[in-house]
Amino acid sequence: MNTSAQSSIPNPRSSILLHTTDEDHHVALMAAVALGLTILEGAIPSPLPGVKPGLANIVTLIVLARYGWRTAVWVSLLRVFAGSLLFGNFLTPGFFLGLSGALFSLLVLAVARHLPSRWFGPVSHSIYAAFAHIAGQMAVVYFWLIPNAGIAYLIPIFASAALLFGAVNGLIAARFMDNAENNMFSRGERREGQNMNSQSS
Amino acid sequence: MAVLQHIRLGDWLTLVIGSVCVILLAMKLWSGDLADKAVIRSGGKVFREVTLSKDQKIEVPGPLGISVIAIQNRRVRIASDPSPRQYCVRQGWLQQAGEIALCLPNQVSVELTGSHKRYDSLSY
Repeated sequence: MNTSAQSSIPNPRSSILLHTTDEDHHVALMAAVALGLTILEGAIPSPLPGVKPGLANIVTLIVLARYGWRTAVWVSLLRVFAGSLLFGNFLTPGFFLGLSGALFSLLVLAVARHLPSRWFGPVSHSIYAAFAHIAGQMAVVYFWLIPNAGIAYLIPIFASAALLFGAVNGLIAARFMDNAENNMFSRGERREGQNMNSQSS
Repeated sequence: MAVLQHIRLGDWLTLVIGSVCVILLAMKLWSGDLADKAVIRSGGKVFREVTLSKDQKIEVPGPLGISVIAIQNRRVRIASDPSPRQYCVRQGWLQQAGEIALCLPNQVSVELTGSHKRYDSLSY
């Protein structure tokens, strides 16, 4: 019963309850929002398989800007894994496409976020991440799934989509953060996401 | 536009460089005069479709035996064939979209396809 100080579940009866921190709850919440966007996006018809707006990346961008890269990694990978369980494609090629795209994006974001923030904002981050995403997916397609296929012909389409959706997602993220700064979230709490506990989540 | 205030100078730079990269990619990959794919048929059915980007040898079974199709430097030829007159082997390397080599006795053919065909058909 003394765990209720740490857990939001009152009087947990299970003996396997993990001790979670506020940070974990925050990551879970953000991943849940990202998941919601992923599902929403699944309802949007796509002219070509693989061309998707990637709305969940808006969440990743905001988390990156506010809480740092490590938290963004947690949110992004949680979204990929939980999303695949939800859609039922865990460990299928589609899952590895998403995973590879997410990993490439995160690696690029790790570098891109050190660009001088005076000149480079979420829009740049988003575009770079979007390009990295298709690069990661293309790598999986080419080296694993269909090594002989003429996917090279589709690359310009994917690249244009990445540029367009990357810019739009970046704008949405920037707009959202601007609004949030002016309105409700102006409490000034900007944690760096460094105190992640490895015992949990 | 209130939205545009979120695009900083470097973001514009990113957008411009990104657009240039996309255009260059499209021009490079969609120039499309040379063939990019070979359609191999055996007995009238498509046996395999392969890109020309990877050098390889493909063995295609036919009623007389095995025809070997070689892909090298974005060109295709029938390397060997059990047909008596060897027409398709002597045809040599195929490179342009629309070109086709037929080994009729063994019912094997290889046809090059591209983004647009230069000829509807070729007759010899």
